[in-house]
Amino acid sequence: MKPLQPQNEYIEQHIKQHGRRLDHEERKRKRIAREGHKIAKDAQTLKGWRGKQFAQKRYKEKVAMKKKIKAHQESKVKGPTEPLENNDEALPTYLLDRQQTNTAKAISSSIKQKRLEKADKFSVPLPKVRGISEEEMFKVIKTGSKKSKAWKRMITKHTFVGEGFTRRPVKMERIIRPTALRQKKANVTHPELGVTVFLPILSVKKNPQSPMYTQMGVLTKGTIIEVNVSELGMVTAGGKVVWGKYAQITNEPDRDGCVNAVLLV
Amino acid sequence: MATLIPPPSKKQKREAQKPREVNLIPDDLPNVLIKFQASDTGDSVGGGIRVPGNISEQQLEQLLNQLLGEQDDPIPYSFSLLNDSKKGDLIDIKDNLYTSVLKPELKTTEDVLTLVYTPRAIFKVKAVTRPSASIAGHGSTILCTQFAPHTSSKMVTGAGDSTARIWDCNTQTPLHVLKGHTNWVLCVSWCPNGEVIATGSMDNTIRLWDENGKSLGDPLRGHTKWITSLAWEPIHLVKPGDSPRLVSASKDGSIKVWDTARRVPLMTFNGHSSSVSCVKWSGQGVIYSASHDKTIRVWDAKNGKLINVLKSHAHWVNHLSLSTDYALRMGAFDHTGIKPSSPEEAQKKALQNYDKVAKINGVTEERIVTASDDFTMYLWEPLKSTKPVCRMTGHQKLVNHVQFSPDGRNLVSASFDNSIKLWDGRTGKFISTFRGHVAAVYQTAWSSDCRLLVSCSKDTTLKVWDIKTKKLSVDLPGHQDEVYSVDWSVDGKRVASGGKDKHVRLWTH
Repeated sequence: MKPLQPQNEYIEQHIKQHGRRLDHEERKRKRIAREGHKIAKDAQTLKGWRGKQFAQKRYKEKVAMKKKIKAHQESKVKGPTEPLENNDEALPTYLLDRQQTNTAKAISSSIKQKRLEKADKFSVPLPKVRGISEEEMFKVIKTGSKKSKAWKRMITKHTFVGEGFTRRPVKMERIIRPTALRQKKANVTHPELGVTVFLPILSVKKNPQSPMYTQMGVLTKGTIIEVNVSELGMVTAGGKVVWGKYAQITNEPDRDGCVNAVLLV
Repeated sequence: MATLIPPPSKKQKREAQKPREVNLIPDDLPNVLIKFQASDTGDSVGGGIRVPGNISEQQLEQLLNQLLGEQDDPIPYSFSLLNDSKKGDLIDIKDNLYTSVLKPELKTTEDVLTLVYTPRAIFKVKAVTRPSASIAGHGSTILCTQFAPHTSSKMVTGAGDSTARIWDCNTQTPLHVLKGHTNWVLCVSWCPNGEVIATGSMDNTIRLWDENGKSLGDPLRGHTKWITSLAWEPIHLVKPGDSPRLVSASKDGSIKVWDTARRVPLMTFNGHSSSVSCVKWSGQGVIYSASHDKTIRVWDAKNGKLINVLKSHAHWVNHLSLSTDYALRMGAFDHTGIKPSSPEEAQKKALQNYDKVAKINGVTEERIVTASDDFTMYLWEPLKSTKPVCRMTGHQKLVNHVQFSPDGRNLVSASFDNSIKLWDGRTGKFISTFRGHVAAVYQTAWSSDCRLLVSCSKDTTLKVWDIKTKKLSVDLPGHQDEVYSVDWSVDGKRVASGGKDKHVRLWTH
């Protein structure tokens, strides 16, 4: 358990005004000196959840310490050094001092490498979704003068409706997609670059709930949509500008009122 | 979409509707008196000759070959009119005499026209059209590529895996791995005598290797930051028997001249206050350096004195090109790749090659062009004046690379605004824009006959451009990622490129 955090800066202010108590330094030194004993005691006596938490923290500290010691030892060794392992990509001299614009660069070679492996070709960021029942998806609309007919349905989720869509005559319309719940654009995040861009949706490719929902353009969590990425300036191997790209919805649009998605690269 | 061509503007539509001038050559032109003059030596041939006013370039060529007694195997020439002999003002003759001289009323039919002739390349380079190989080997991004000056079968690349590699382009296989650097190899430079390769690296050192991939001793240390550019001393300035010197530029703002035989620094030029982006060794014994401190400096290679400081740019100077770059790179070799038998002969041959490009009307004239982050370029004649000859504007983003054509008549600039522009190499006048890339253009390379140009870009393609038609000749897709470096071999047979996808690609006709 963390103790309550002090509200506002009154402690610092007090120290500034009145200074610390006279034996502060000595108490501090003693506390540090006792710390090993305290940790040893904790390690032996803490039980249950707190014991687990303590062990976890201690383990992390030890790993960090060992790494540090190793780095220090390596720095003292003389002789030919190994070639530097650079995590970041090498750059030619004319790009070295320039800031990289990260919106434009999308398909990095690491992603290409991944694609070569083919193994996770069909994997998506959200592999499983919650099932949605028909009752949740549709609201029954009663029609007829006595409200006795109940064949009309209204979708309660957000939908994507294509550009040239016209509603059928009211008399015939079985499924209503409310205009207030229609979405045209989505906040799409590029996973490698970490940038989020507001991009127009082109179509709904697959709704994992049911193929019928795909047809109706229902946007739920886990739905694969196609977005217009021409703004990002991605380029294919043939040098053409990439236009449409798939993305998966990561939030529940009917809860947030917006569509957030992650680009599939 | 970015690739969609916008509808023509109102101005363009109006232009299109205007009655167009028809380029007809009148038949009844009077004869004109012409005089031929060699461009390198300034000797005149045959005295005054009366020719029809609508004589074409081919006819002039035939006539000149007859006068020089070379009908058996005629040499192609290009002609230009000497407009003002005092200033040495030259106007190129394109197609025929009428359209380029008489119609713009530069001269009348009454005047004596002095035509300066320059031999063109005898051979013709065919545009590369297909990838012949994609060779894996490098473990990281390829940063630089260069062909050997004497043959198209050898090529060297430097990469981010801290090695440089020599490739056999005939069999399309790796030949040697040059291991030794401890960080990225940023620049490679093949000595114009074809025997030594210098590599500059991110680990602040330069290493020398022989043609067969053997390391020539310890690295050259001295710079405190990474090496940005390397240049060799031109062969015609090297005393026979000596090994050519090397100049290196670094991010730390210093330039060092190295004795490659004794492996010691001879001189250090500390003048730039910021990173030096490019260094070139001119055929007249001076060293040009361009820097991020917005200046270009001219140094004397003999004693290390600063001759001139050229200030005009308003931002970083990115690149620098000499009108004689290509001749200096080739040294004593030509497209046949025959090795000169002795150093004396090599020196003579190299001087000949150099004079062919550098001499205009018998006067050696070397121009430089500098490209900058301020979107402009400047053309200079640094040994004549510190004022630029011309300011070249038009690019909408920074200019990354400029290069003179092998004959020094044209120059191209590659910019991050996706375009390549062609300019007149003598006056700096704008000629044409090559559009087609959909991302920043990084580098360009000329074919040795000056008829073609290849460019590499961020959009993963290479494109070959035709200088005569000013159009895209061939599009070369194939790379999986950004292409950082491209080079065209001296005999014109191959193009090599490398980039982020770690594969060296070779392209042939």
